[in-house]
Amino acid sequence: MNSIYASRRRSDKIIKVLCYAAAIFGVGWLCLILYTLLVNGLVGLHPRIFTQMTPPPGVQDGGLLNAIVGSLIMTSIGVAIGTPLGLFAGTWLAEYGRYSKLTGVIRFVNDILLSAPSIIIGLFVYGAIVVPMGGFSGIAGSIALAVIVIPVVVRTTEDMLNLVPNHLREAASALGMPRAYVITKVSYSAARAGLITGVLLATARVAGETAPLLFTALSNQFWSVNLTSTMANLPVTINNFVNNPDPNWKQLAWTGALLITVTVLSLNIIARTLGAERKPK
Amino acid sequence: MTDMALEPARAAAEPAFDRARALSAFKLGDRTFYWVTRVSALFVLIILGGIILSLIIGAWPAIRTYGFDFLFTQRWAPSLQPTPILGALGPIYGTIVTSLIAMAIAIPVGLGIAIFLTELCPMPLRQPIAVAIELLAGIPSIIYGMWGFFVLGPFLADHFEPAIVSAFENVPILNTIFQGPASNLSLFNASLVLSIMILPFITAISRDVFATVPPVLKEAAYGVGCTTWEVVRNVVLPYTRVGVIGGVMLALGRALGETMAVTFIIGNSFKISGSLFAPGTTISAAIASEFAESDGLHQSALILLGLLLFVLTFCVLTAARLMLRRLERKAGA
Amino acid sequence: MSESATVLKPVESQPANRPSPSDIKLSIRNLNFYYGTTKALKNINLELETNKVTAFIGPSGCGKSTLLRILNRMYDLYPNQRAEGEVLLDGQNVLDPKLDINLLRARVGMVFQKPTPFPMTIYDNIAFGIRLYEKLPKSEMDGRVEAALRGAALWEEVKNKLNASGLSLSGGQQQRLCIARTVAIRPEVILFDEPCSALDPISTAKIEELIDELKTRYTIAIVTHNMQQAARCSDKTAFMYLGDLIEFDQTSKIFMSPEQKQTQDYITGRFG
Repeated sequence: MNSIYASRRRSDKIIKVLCYAAAIFGVGWLCLILYTLLVNGLVGLHPRIFTQMTPPPGVQDGGLLNAIVGSLIMTSIGVAIGTPLGLFAGTWLAEYGRYSKLTGVIRFVNDILLSAPSIIIGLFVYGAIVVPMGGFSGIAGSIALAVIVIPVVVRTTEDMLNLVPNHLREAASALGMPRAYVITKVSYSAARAGLITGVLLATARVAGETAPLLFTALSNQFWSVNLTSTMANLPVTINNFVNNPDPNWKQLAWTGALLITVTVLSLNIIARTLGAERKPK
Repeated sequence: MTDMALEPARAAAEPAFDRARALSAFKLGDRTFYWVTRVSALFVLIILGGIILSLIIGAWPAIRTYGFDFLFTQRWAPSLQPTPILGALGPIYGTIVTSLIAMAIAIPVGLGIAIFLTELCPMPLRQPIAVAIELLAGIPSIIYGMWGFFVLGPFLADHFEPAIVSAFENVPILNTIFQGPASNLSLFNASLVLSIMILPFITAISRDVFATVPPVLKEAAYGVGCTTWEVVRNVVLPYTRVGVIGGVMLALGRALGETMAVTFIIGNSFKISGSLFAPGTTISAAIASEFAESDGLHQSALILLGLLLFVLTFCVLTAARLMLRRLERKAGA
Repeated sequence: MSESATVLKPVESQPANRPSPSDIKLSIRNLNFYYGTTKALKNINLELETNKVTAFIGPSGCGKSTLLRILNRMYDLYPNQRAEGEVLLDGQNVLDPKLDINLLRARVGMVFQKPTPFPMTIYDNIAFGIRLYEKLPKSEMDGRVEAALRGAALWEEVKNKLNASGLSLSGGQQQRLCIARTVAIRPEVILFDEPCSALDPISTAKIEELIDELKTRYTIAIVTHNMQQAARCSDKTAFMYLGDLIEFDQTSKIFMSPEQKQTQDYITGRFG
């Protein structure tokens, strides 16, 4: 075995060891985070979390009901506003505008929005909705979430529709079907699984968003279902509780964090299994 | 023959009229759908325009008051009368330093994991680990922030920082970078949390990018007796260079704008300190912690900070997307 | 009734030999086609006769599929494709930009190379097209679906699983489903674009049989790479080469005694 070969072998060995170390290091950290979250969150998991309001400072027990409900409301509205807009925009890019120059521009801008810092979205909605409306509100929070949903749905819709083979569109057009029907009846149903995946991923993305809600929906400690005033929500509640020395609040923050993580991970897993199950043919 | 030819022609002529009517009923729907999708697509541009416009409008009072000095002033005194003195130097410094340190940690580790996953990992484990990493990329950032605040911060303050400080006590420069009392809240802690948060991101993108290398290229290299590392260094990395850089820039864009993972743990101090173990702030942390209770010029300055952040991330993301697109075109060709 | 009308002789100068106007379903005149700046079809003149099968043969890239896709304006779906000249369907110019192309496509149906069932049930695959044009009660719709499936010789095979996905059928069945779907909306012309190239010999034989049956009711144009197929199931054959229509005549004439040397070379397998 000559020396060149030996040194090549050696550097290969070293790098391999480093890669293994990186994998163990990286995966280890992430496991540690999940472990801490699970241990601390499960301790506080109790039925009252889902039946009682967030407690005032110094009061024992209490739950997260109002925050959970508020989060559900705002996430649903955000997804309900963002999904059709994103779906239609993605449809235009993939179907009508596929060969248009404008499509390149829109796709590029959409990619920028996709990775724009979410706190910027919060600032935007503050300026565009909160200030004109004269105060923080649940609807402003929902709109902020919708602005985050849109680029995610646009992207997945376009990608999924691009996977629908052109000969299906041709076949549908050959029946004399107007373009809108080709798209809604044939392209959509061919890409259905992918489109649902996109919406689920978008939901997962906004379900845990904190930054855009900080100064749009704000948050509060009460039962709040009025969309025109501040609205309690899980992420901002966690944010506020973490920064407080009250141990009860700290515990509630951990439990809330566990709830959010479980929700987001489940949505991701469902989306992935659905997406893998039936890719458009 | 002629008789037969006439018969279907007549039969066909009849439904043709109905068809025209039936189709005309779809006309409106067809046009409407086209315009609805088109307007929705344009809405994407409107959102970007709206973001830029609303940030500029909101930041205008601060721009007029401070001008370019805003960028070079370190002092942040929002309650000073009659006019607060506000400068962005602290947050800008914090944003850049934390992002760079986070990238310095996350790039080698993230690439290492990606190489591990594509070249070294036993086959049955590849998919599960890859999926696990991608799932972790989806965990909300506030979780990372909490964990940093409650677990990592105290650990670093108790065990890591004192050791480093005493180790470099007599080394010039390093004793400035690593000095001061151990603290739960510091630039270094924030950088570490940030690096853990963008780690799955870098890994996921690099893995996707590595997958674009045609297997024949790798096989050819293995065929002439290259070791795994040589294949990675001489074939995979050169082939995917543009894409990897694009992915890294995308992660950088994320790190620059990340809010919740750093806000808890950075200490929210506008004062620039030479030490990484001292508290600091980032643009997004400053906005997150002060915006809701701000008004007037203070609020305008915070929006101006947001505008700066947006411009910064916009440039980084543009570069990232252009690079990724170049790779896509290469893969497509 | 239809005597040899090769395009080499200008159509106008041969009024006496032309088939009587009522027998001409589609008439292609001075047709040029461009992909961007590339000219793909060069001055094509040709007529499709009612209730006849016209086959288009020629080497790959000769423009035969392109020609077919002009007849129902399928090229409209893509940018930078442009046709010049006239295509008259019962005297009406198909290329007229003001023409309602959906209506045109309802009259001129198309069956593609790859079977293209829609991602829905077998029943809906058929009913879908019908619903575009007619509002039928359920029972009548059932009848129409059955008739269409029978018309495509598929009914016996699928009558017990009409609610199964169209994608669950075999390739040959899928192709017949596509034919049934086309027939269901009662077109006047059916274009077949290499309908058997993705199918096994048995499925191919079934489709050919079907085409023979269909011509009693429809005018048919078929593009094929398979010369036996053209010989077996067409009445007239057009040979195309590099965007030119080289020869167009009775199928028997084309295959037995072609006038052009290129045609003969192609048919005897000397090139292509």
